[in-house]
Amino acid sequence: MKLSDIPKGKRAIVVGLNSTDLRVKLMEMGIMEGRELEVLHIAPFGDPIAVEVDGYTLALRLDEAALIDVNEINTAQ
Amino acid sequence: MKYALLGNPNTGKSSVFNMLTGLRQHVGNFPGVTVDKKYGSIEFDGNTHELVDYPGTYSIYPRSEDEKVVYEQLCVGDNKPDVLIAVVDASNLERNLLFFSQLYDLGKPILMVLNMVDLAERNGVSISLDGIQRMFPETTIISTNARVKIGKSNVIKALKTMKSRSEIRFIEGSLCAMEDVDCQEQETKQRYSKIQKGLSEIIVHTAPRKKGSAWDKWLLHPVFGYVFFAAILLLIFQSIYSIAALPMDLIDGSFVDLSTWMKAALPAGVFTDLITQGLIPGIGGVVIFIPQIALLFLFIGILEETGYLARVVFILDRLMRPLGLNGKSVVPLMSSVACAVPGVMAARTISDRKERLITILVAPLMSCSARIPVYTLLIALVIPQETVLGFLNLQGLVLFGLYFLGTAMALLIALLLRGIIRKGEKGFLMLELPSYKLPRVGNLFLLVWEKVKIFVWDAGKIILAISVVLWFLASYGPSESINNAEKKAIAFAKENSLSEEQRDQLVASGRLEGSYIGHMGKWIEPAIRPLGYDWKIGIALITSFAAREVFVGSMATIYAVQDDGETNSTLLDKMRKEKNSDGSPVYSRATGLSLMVFYAFAMMCMATLAVVKRETKSWKWPMVQLAYMGILAYGGALLTYLIAS
Repeated sequence: MKLSDIPKGKRAIVVGLNSTDLRVKLMEMGIMEGRELEVLHIAPFGDPIAVEVDGYTLALRLDEAALIDVNEINTAQ
Repeated sequence: MKYALLGNPNTGKSSVFNMLTGLRQHVGNFPGVTVDKKYGSIEFDGNTHELVDYPGTYSIYPRSEDEKVVYEQLCVGDNKPDVLIAVVDASNLERNLLFFSQLYDLGKPILMVLNMVDLAERNGVSISLDGIQRMFPETTIISTNARVKIGKSNVIKALKTMKSRSEIRFIEGSLCAMEDVDCQEQETKQRYSKIQKGLSEIIVHTAPRKKGSAWDKWLLHPVFGYVFFAAILLLIFQSIYSIAALPMDLIDGSFVDLSTWMKAALPAGVFTDLITQGLIPGIGGVVIFIPQIALLFLFIGILEETGYLARVVFILDRLMRPLGLNGKSVVPLMSSVACAVPGVMAARTISDRKERLITILVAPLMSCSARIPVYTLLIALVIPQETVLGFLNLQGLVLFGLYFLGTAMALLIALLLRGIIRKGEKGFLMLELPSYKLPRVGNLFLLVWEKVKIFVWDAGKIILAISVVLWFLASYGPSESINNAEKKAIAFAKENSLSEEQRDQLVASGRLEGSYIGHMGKWIEPAIRPLGYDWKIGIALITSFAAREVFVGSMATIYAVQDDGETNSTLLDKMRKEKNSDGSPVYSRATGLSLMVFYAFAMMCMATLAVVKRETKSWKWPMVQLAYMGILAYGGALLTYLIAS
């Protein structure tokens, strides 16, 4: 699953970063394997999205979010 | 000693810089790049030291063209700073410590200013300074929070007692090359794992973490978010438009008075003319922009300091992206409806180089307030006072059409430029939405002060120089032709026993016709004939090259009538009666419309050109702008004339 598929209000855990160019940049922004993220807002027209990363809010375009492989955390369980 | 101030964006770095340097800050260039270098001086122990404020970055390794400055200044060359001051956001420790650890490994004495400790505590995080000290044993730490001022004396005291550095580093090995992404990836992983291990001793979670801000629910709302932003824009636009009008009239009046007074006080002659007709109006032409610039930057400062500007990008990114623009382009473009000068300067908030350049290039197409007197005169001249579709005023409709034309063309050109301008780097958004904060008055004041200073010194020089050149061209000409024109006017006035005032107007008209600009007007007539213009309009075009609103005044001079500035009724009468050699009126509807389109598109504002030169740091882009807008104006006017006649 990709971060871009996660609906608003859901949490997900990062399992991999798919970009060669932006991988380091993503890591510098605090997105790395094992990090839990929560999709806080989705902009009108569905793009970009805002995710909670380790206590701060990061806005990402959908095509950037699509580079991040995640597993959705099912809060119901 | 050279001090460098570094840190992530939104850490309160600029507050620290302002506190340390106050009004003693300057803006210069980093060599070879278009990034402004902000620097100032700090004094202690009887010595003056230089403090350079580096752009806020998340890493020492650059991810954009502009961020290269940090790497290049810190790691390459021999202009390296001696001491580093790093501002660290306590509410976001892990990410901030990544950059800090890179800076720490440069081996220079380093001071950590741990900011926003209160914010961290509100987020349920308590931080152990001893823990950070253990992680970075050779740094000096001072902690503070967003509300309370750190106090300059505390920072200076810390700077006086900086720990010296040994060979101890956070991680072993030297820094990676700027392009070696694989090396950087390995290094970043290594740093993070060490930071995360250490953080467990530093951070104590006292309460469940707060996620995002409650305000965002509304400000990023699909409907309310746009409504709020539209309201903010309207407020900014209205203020620039209306509040600035009062000081602008005052400035305008004072410079006219000064000019009149000097004329009376000084002996008549060339030197007096240069001062009263060239220099004083030229300086006035610079000063007149200050109220608009100050107001716009006051508002932008508030938007930026509160953290709202990042939200604007968030809700508008998707809409502006297909046009090659950025969500942040909206503020400069809207401001340009009042005046392109502050608008172009406001494009500074756009971090992507290409998007910023496109914004700057199209901003002057937005119909600014200086076009209004031109539009009003021409509309009154050729558009009848009629009602169409039962309720629409035709004159008002044409005015609206001109505003629409400017905006549509700006967006269209943006779209074209998007394909033409090569992209230096891959664009990405990845923008932090900072927590909302109250703006600090001191920061706002210094921001406005800096922008006004930059405009007056950097753009002002160019504006003044062009004003003086244009004054010379309009006042002097081949002596024979200018004297003849004057004599002819005086003789004509005597013959027809005109009043002294009418004679003077006739003389001014004759002198302008005989001046170099008058000759140029006639010389370009063949080129502008296809647009429906005669040489008199040609003169007005050239004189208003520096500032489009001069068009009305030039017309008044050419037709030897009093420029009453309000209704222009005498000027309108004269212009309506003006006939071509074949007896047809000069100002036909086709000519009038063609002129309106010309003024909608033409880059006739040297203040904007000077500001674009200053903001892009080269003459290339203002020249590109002058050329493309000139072609657009000529083509548009030609097309309009052909269709309308």
